[in-house]
Amino acid sequence: MTRPTPETLAHRATPATVAAAAVAAVSPTPVTGAGSLVRSLEALGVEVAFGIPGGAILPAYDPLYDSKVRHILVRHEQGAGHAATGYAQATGKVGVCIATSGPGATNLVTPIADAYMDSVPIVAITGQVARPAIGTDAFQEADIQGITLPITKHNFLIQTAEEIPQVIAEAFHLAATGRPGPVLVDIPKDVLQAQTTFSWPPTLDLPGYRPTLHPHGKQIREAARLIAAAKRPVLYVGGGVLKAGATDGLRKLAELTGIPVITTLMALGAFPDSHPQHLGMPGMHGTVPAVYALQKADLLVTLGARFDDRVTGKLDSFAPEAKVVHADIDPAEIGKNRHADVPIVGDARHVIDELIAAVTGTATGASAYEPWWAQLNDLRQRYPLGYDEPTDGTLAPQYVIERIGALVGPDAVYVAGVGQHQMWASQFIKYEKPGTWLNSGGAGTMGYAVPAAMGAKVGLPDTPVWGIDGDGCFQMTNQELATCALEGIPVKIAVINNGNLGMVRQWQTLFYEGRYSNTELGTHKHRIPDFVKLAEALGCIGLRCESKADVDATIKAAMEINDRPVVIDFTVGKDAMVWPMVPAGTSNDEIMFARDVRPNFDEDDL
Amino acid sequence: MSSLNKHTLSVLVENKPGVLARVSGLFSRRSFNIDSLAVGETENPDVSRITIVVNADSSPLEQVTKQLNKLVNVLKIVELDPQQSVQRELLLVKVRADRAVRGQVLETVELFRAKVIDVAPDTLTIEATGNPDKLDALLRDLEPYGIKEMVQSGLVAIGRGSRSITTGPALRAA
Repeated sequence: MTRPTPETLAHRATPATVAAAAVAAVSPTPVTGAGSLVRSLEALGVEVAFGIPGGAILPAYDPLYDSKVRHILVRHEQGAGHAATGYAQATGKVGVCIATSGPGATNLVTPIADAYMDSVPIVAITGQVARPAIGTDAFQEADIQGITLPITKHNFLIQTAEEIPQVIAEAFHLAATGRPGPVLVDIPKDVLQAQTTFSWPPTLDLPGYRPTLHPHGKQIREAARLIAAAKRPVLYVGGGVLKAGATDGLRKLAELTGIPVITTLMALGAFPDSHPQHLGMPGMHGTVPAVYALQKADLLVTLGARFDDRVTGKLDSFAPEAKVVHADIDPAEIGKNRHADVPIVGDARHVIDELIAAVTGTATGASAYEPWWAQLNDLRQRYPLGYDEPTDGTLAPQYVIERIGALVGPDAVYVAGVGQHQMWASQFIKYEKPGTWLNSGGAGTMGYAVPAAMGAKVGLPDTPVWGIDGDGCFQMTNQELATCALEGIPVKIAVINNGNLGMVRQWQTLFYEGRYSNTELGTHKHRIPDFVKLAEALGCIGLRCESKADVDATIKAAMEINDRPVVIDFTVGKDAMVWPMVPAGTSNDEIMFARDVRPNFDEDDL
Repeated sequence: MSSLNKHTLSVLVENKPGVLARVSGLFSRRSFNIDSLAVGETENPDVSRITIVVNADSSPLEQVTKQLNKLVNVLKIVELDPQQSVQRELLLVKVRADRAVRGQVLETVELFRAKVIDVAPDTLTIEATGNPDKLDALLRDLEPYGIKEMVQSGLVAIGRGSRSITTGPALRAA
């Protein structure tokens, strides 16, 4: 039998898992299965669950009615799933969502897949038809365990009411520890109705689950040796560093060694954007210096990143001169896309702490890499992030996003949808602190922003939470603003409304001769929907801004409103494009600084 | 594909519903082909053993092994070296064998140390076990008489010598 060791628990000091060990013991008490479920959630320290009741899960909603667990009634199960994700990403705790069987459960599929791709700890609880009806194509029956097999870290179909506390505790433990991820627990209706006894704490029985937290000393020494020998090293930092709470260590390691830092889309905020050693984000829409640094590096010190195709571009021409140190808590990530010369399996916090210890004494700071820094600084100067003012008099979307970041500041949480606005939000808002940037990175789920912002705001009620959404994304999930309005969740949603599916349109401009097939949404031409009226209909304040002169005043007006959600329709030009760009499937060496402008790298070669 | 790329994996898993689907689903999801698969209980009723023969180069094999290891119900994975293990399949084959050729067919059965398990006026049903090479050879010899029907099990394999892969802390815990 395995029990979570104090170390495993401390590793992710989520109140939920710690509570599993710390909560006062409960001796066997008669309850229903549903009562046992709710008691388990309470014992695990769950503060909030997002969900919608329905036939099969109905028994669980009766004890939930008197529970100290706050249940937030969403308008669509997808909203519950993304809200759980936003809550988890903002707080580091496990997010919880609840749905009924069949369509309720299948509506969770997208947010579960999203959380799986971005390694977010959520637990999804679904009702299932009663055990005798399973497999009979019963009303609202779906094999959600089978459906979510490829998109969960693990999932359970509970067979008896007696096992409920153990399975729920195991689900939270699996979700929160190791490489975090979504876990689904499917509970048949008759199991929820059955009489059982509840006792706490349960014993976890997960003999096949043993995440490696501590790196191998030999590998750490080998990494330190490569760092000492490198002339052009880069710290390639991924979301794992944020999840491990290793950002202080990262900063120490970076300053000690003087190595340039790049943070992936999932790692923004792990290293201050304002730090002189930060080169920005790599990848398809990364900065020129970050992309160049990877391509010319002789050593990548990869921490909690996974060589995603959006980062590497064409894999066989990625970082051709670099040796690779690859540290990740998931052994399967190491060597998956790129061979690792020094594989390190471990939690990023331990890896970084041990790397610091190993390089202390030999590290000489930035002076060791003077020629490398000279090159990178030159590129930084010549190819800064920027944008052109539109010549047609329209409002530049980048300007809007830049001003939101400047006025709202680095203490707020920013939650993006997916597309151009997401990339601009990654580029033009400056992230200084961990946990201030939430987005759907791996799955690229349009519609993520509104419900995820809702979840983040529930987790951090005293922190301003700004959704940066597109007009396409917003129309996928804005129904959750009704939830926000009624539940007192005053998020701000800035709709960067260019009237189009902007990123798809950009590709049509660049790669399909400007044939704009099915990307015009009509939110400009017909003002359908009218986002201001829609906001008002959903119980929010609706604002509109159409000119550069009004941008600051509109943002400030929104900042003044804290008793209800605010939606701002920023009506922006449709022709702005995201630059730089590495066209899909090409080498990072093909990066375009702007349309028809390739940075001149050759003369920068050593 | 060359048989050099064939690898035999012994995967010890918790004996729970749905575990086989998790394992086989992972192979198809990650674009791996399973040549053969056999599953059954071990000496510990809480543990099942899945023997998988997979055709893959060493680096993708390493990736699929790591992905398998991530499955919560997977306890242990061992790749069995063909030289250091005994590998067996079971074959049941119904062969045309009328009076004229029955003697010859029985001679083949004898030669391969196979067994006749059912007799009909015009057919014999033969049971044979062996490694895949031996069973291929038997089938080649029976082919000329006419194979009416055959069924073959997945391969099972066990390491030679006294060492056991089913002991160890993880498995005791199960």
